[in-house]
Amino acid sequence: MTTKKTWFDGVNLVLMLLLIVITLYPLYYMGIVSISSGGAVSRGEVLWLPKGINLQAYKYVFDDPAVLRSYGNTILYTALGTLISLVLTTLCAYPLSRNHFYGRAIFSLFVIFTMFFDGGLIPRFMVVHGLGMVDTIWALVIPTAISVFNMILMRTFFEQIPEALHESATVDGAGEYRTLLQIVLPLSMPVMATMFLFYAVGQWNSFFPALIYLNEKELYPLQIILRNIVIQGDMASQTTQMGADMATMSATIKYAVVYVAILPVLCIYPFVQKYFVQGAMLGSVKG
Amino acid sequence: MASSSKSAVSGWSEARRKIKKSKALYAMFAFPLVYFLIFHYAPMVGNLMAFQDYSIIKGFFGSPWAGTKYFEQFLNDSYFWQVVRNTVLLNLYSLIFFFPAPIVFALLLNELRLQLFKRFVQSITYIPHFLSTVVVAGMLVNFLSSDGLINQFRGMLGADSITFLSMPEWFRTIFIGSDIWQGLGWGSIIYLAALTGIDPTLYEAATIDGASRWRKMRHITIPGIMTVIMVMLLLNLGHMLSVGFEKILLLYSGPTYETADVIQTYVYRRGLIDSDFSFAAAVGIFQSVLSFVLVISANQLSKKFNGARLF
Repeated sequence: MTTKKTWFDGVNLVLMLLLIVITLYPLYYMGIVSISSGGAVSRGEVLWLPKGINLQAYKYVFDDPAVLRSYGNTILYTALGTLISLVLTTLCAYPLSRNHFYGRAIFSLFVIFTMFFDGGLIPRFMVVHGLGMVDTIWALVIPTAISVFNMILMRTFFEQIPEALHESATVDGAGEYRTLLQIVLPLSMPVMATMFLFYAVGQWNSFFPALIYLNEKELYPLQIILRNIVIQGDMASQTTQMGADMATMSATIKYAVVYVAILPVLCIYPFVQKYFVQGAMLGSVKG
Repeated sequence: MASSSKSAVSGWSEARRKIKKSKALYAMFAFPLVYFLIFHYAPMVGNLMAFQDYSIIKGFFGSPWAGTKYFEQFLNDSYFWQVVRNTVLLNLYSLIFFFPAPIVFALLLNELRLQLFKRFVQSITYIPHFLSTVVVAGMLVNFLSSDGLINQFRGMLGADSITFLSMPEWFRTIFIGSDIWQGLGWGSIIYLAALTGIDPTLYEAATIDGASRWRKMRHITIPGIMTVIMVMLLLNLGHMLSVGFEKILLLYSGPTYETADVIQTYVYRRGLIDSDFSFAAAVGIFQSVLSFVLVISANQLSKKFNGARLF
């Protein structure tokens, strides 16, 4: 397949380079602002390179008890939420992947129907409210625990495990639980890793459930604090320590909080990209 | 569906044997079953509160019935046309501009000769997908503010500063533009996967026949990924009306309601901010039914035209 170089290759290359710049520049810009001096930023001098490099903004962020508490909350919510989601999704996907599961077609429809017909925001709120979950961690980790899309990916993967393995496990006297734990799950590590990452990033980035179900400030996850500081410009908890710096520091602090929030995701991304991509491609197999 | 038609023939004792054999599976499935009943099906039934004068103190079983009062109220509401129009337009523009972007991107990536460079572009463009809605909205709010990044660049070119986010005419562009920024790379994965599935001998044959690159793209590549495009289109139609609602919530404000306020944000505002629960539930039903009709018709259409379907 050798074709000669054309003008098209040139244009394409330039387009791709441009796209890289457009993708990365906003992230780069926030990074350099967060480590520059507030004065230089407000004079509009920081566009390409940081100026007056210092970590003052990060110091303010890490000195803020609200940010730290929300960071801890988010770590807890992410850990617990991911665990619950993985367990429930597996318990849903495994039976639905088994041929002899009596009523499989109806149960599949029962689950998949929820993908297309939404119960609605207000009634769901009432259910969560009625269960007494408002202002508890449970409101964040249980109502959205199973993503049907993820469940279908997992089920599709389980279905590809040869039936012979199930049969030999049965012959050896293993029940469904042992087969799931000792045969199916060990063979499904790639899809489980993908699910783990999908759910974990989803919880880390989740904002809306906390917005509607939490009133208690102590329970706020990072994304809510992030919204308060970055979008609403609400830096009440910092004002006391900052005083006159407030005006010039505000942009640097906002971007520093953004960086604190996205750093974990950016740091693990290069190492786990493979699993994410795998998940997105599994989607093309579809259910 | 095959198993259920068989069981009708074989009778009750056969069914009982099968149920017994699946006992362990039922025990597992009980947990997700309860989950879906509580958090998906109960709210569906709970939608009946739209026909009540719902009070949070009396609850669903204690609130008095109110007939179709709230539906009539919504249909006569001055906001009705605005939120319906905004929902439809925002999604339509998204379908026109956002949906094809990853396809074009995948085709362009596919034409890159250097595999290493291709992988590099891919890795970079996937990154924004992992940023939260709050981060993206936060970037937009700050970059687009009167002294923000965009206006700094405009200032360098001698243009006046624009407060983008308080101008209704900019909202859709900002919303869809940032969607493309965030979703372009990630959205292309599925098409790239489909591209690798195209038989390379087709290209070889076409080359021998003297087909140009453009013609190969038109007659081999695009038909090769057409099924995937259709499936993605269907999935998109299904979720059409609810997508992006959180970002709107973070970006809109009084001055931009005119173009930014959609059904879901209206439900949120009336229901959870103003506590007009029954009214908001009525609006919500309107949305659910509308999007359900949309999926079903999209599914039928595509079944008719090319066999790709969701269920």
